[in-house]
Amino acid sequence: MPRYLTRRQALALPAGIAVGSLLSRSAMAGEPVKIGLVAALSGPSAKSGEGITRGLTIAIDEINARGGVLGGRMLELVRRDDESNPAKGQTAARELIDKEGVAILFGGIDSPVSLAIVPLANSAKVPFMGVWAAATNITRNGANPNFVFRVSAVDVLVDRALMKYAMTKFGAKKPGLMLVNNGWGESNLAGLTAAAEAAGVKLAGSEKFDDKDADMTPQLQRLREAGADTLILVGNAAPGAQVIKSLQRSAWTVPIVSHWGISGGRFPELAGSWAGKVHFIQTYSFFGPQNDVGKRVLAALMAKYPDIKGPGDVTPPVGVANAYDAMQLTALAIAKAGSTDGPKLREGFLGVENYQGLIKNYTKPFTEENHDALNENDYVMVRYNGDQIEPVTG
Amino acid sequence: MLATALVSGLSLGSIYGLIALGFTLTFAVSGTVNFAQGSSVMLGAVICHALAVGLRWPMIAAVPAALLACAVWGLIVERIAVRPFVARGTNSWLMATVALGILLDNVVMVLFGKEPRALPSSLADDPWVIGNVGIFPLQVLVPAVGLGLALLVHLGMHRTALGLKLRAAVENPNAARLMSIDVTMLIALTYAAAALLAGIGGILIAPLYNVAYDMGTLFGIKAFAVAILGGLTNPWGVVIAGLAYGLVEACATTWLGSSSTQIVTFSAVIAALVLAPSGLFGGRTRVRV
Repeated sequence: MPRYLTRRQALALPAGIAVGSLLSRSAMAGEPVKIGLVAALSGPSAKSGEGITRGLTIAIDEINARGGVLGGRMLELVRRDDESNPAKGQTAARELIDKEGVAILFGGIDSPVSLAIVPLANSAKVPFMGVWAAATNITRNGANPNFVFRVSAVDVLVDRALMKYAMTKFGAKKPGLMLVNNGWGESNLAGLTAAAEAAGVKLAGSEKFDDKDADMTPQLQRLREAGADTLILVGNAAPGAQVIKSLQRSAWTVPIVSHWGISGGRFPELAGSWAGKVHFIQTYSFFGPQNDVGKRVLAALMAKYPDIKGPGDVTPPVGVANAYDAMQLTALAIAKAGSTDGPKLREGFLGVENYQGLIKNYTKPFTEENHDALNENDYVMVRYNGDQIEPVTG
Repeated sequence: MLATALVSGLSLGSIYGLIALGFTLTFAVSGTVNFAQGSSVMLGAVICHALAVGLRWPMIAAVPAALLACAVWGLIVERIAVRPFVARGTNSWLMATVALGILLDNVVMVLFGKEPRALPSSLADDPWVIGNVGIFPLQVLVPAVGLGLALLVHLGMHRTALGLKLRAAVENPNAARLMSIDVTMLIALTYAAAALLAGIGGILIAPLYNVAYDMGTLFGIKAFAVAILGGLTNPWGVVIAGLAYGLVEACATTWLGSSSTQIVTFSAVIAALVLAPSGLFGGRTRVRV
């Protein structure tokens, strides 16, 4: 036996250790399964990212407490801030897939960011789970196989629901649209126009606003003169609040029905005293009688986050609830797949049969044709009361 | 519709004018401007928010404190981003002021956070309504303050000893120095005054809009367009250009729709400058012998 290693042996040894550790890595039972989240954690929609984080965390805590997945592997949340910027979101998603090796990516509130991540997820064959962004073509993206799933609203269905609500609740005959000037606004312009046509109502018009617009009275005045009897609002918290302030200034007491973007930030603070006039859509409310899952999640939220003292403090509820159910469904899909490998996990999602969740009792939530677990029967209408979000009653 | 457009245009326009007045002051005296004037707008609003909402100071104390901070900021900008470059005879103050503004925006982002916040005001909660047109009391106050300050700048320049010194410094800095006028200090003072005006603009707009670390950017750009349009050296011209800019903006949105606002407004700016290259109210430099 030589006293010293030959050059070849010296080179082979560390290489061997490296290969060995790589091989053992996927097999190690203790290795955590990384769950990626790319969402707005700062900026005007920071509350949305916090809500999603909380929903995921509560679900992950529950799953880990009952022993994790795949025979004892713990789930670990890895978060990245997209700052509501599609380019930053795409970079973060790439980093989570390539460097962190996440098993699945979760998305945030901004449809433009999610739309930027969709092609990346499909080409990397890593499942992408939407829990807030509602643009129709996020899940209906034409890819085959399609790795994008969603436990959230879908614009085309929300638009129908908003139109129906405006008509039944406020007797709308000529609704006017106030839409944010980006891809999400476009998605809803198409959806709301189709919904109006299907419902046989004529729109008073549609106006756009930018995120930084300081005064929206001119747009509102156009809709007012065109005879709008209800407003349908699509936008995030800060510009949405600017619409409401401009309405207040014009003293135009028109009913307002809104998509849920406004619940992702400090809407009640920014909109001031008229914030409560807006009726908007959510997928879940922690108010009223709760099923067992609801009771359990609310108790866990109150135990973990000191600022949550009751159902009204779970803001935004949609982020928390969607993320919670989506994470539980993901754990079921991982179990079904028996692996965290992307294509197998995709099959796993399609194989999930039943799950008694927070939002509803899911039966075959995902099929090859339908990657959206929620539909128009799963929406509730709510409004702000102070900082709290309450269901609309009466 | 006309009344709504007028109200909306005049109140936003007077804010633009107010911020643009700052460009006028420093340019008239030193031939330089703080390109990050928008950051001073933001600084006024953010400090006012921090004191009035964060520390619950009464407005009567928070506003002067915020304005004082703006003035100090103006002095800092002049001292580190303008004076050294002018002394060396380069135009690098252009980039230096922009850089300092970006620096301030980002420091505020770290300290204040990225989320926009509200600065509540009783003057922007209960509108006066006449027919279909509503107006917040604050929106009446804004043009009044704008015109009042333009008048003050005008009187200050033409009726006070300080103004006389300023005009002497504008006319011929070297001769002014020989007359023992401290031109360097005068320039520093105009920078403080410019930041102060921007701060007033920021505090006035905050209750109508919101307070955020990046709120000044768009206002700063529009105000610079207004300053050029008004002829840079003419305080009245700048205020009138501000009102005109606000009106064009509001009218474009009202009659042509929101998607055409920026197209129409900036086309109008370009057209106006083609027709009057030194601005609408910027007379030729008079040389007195």
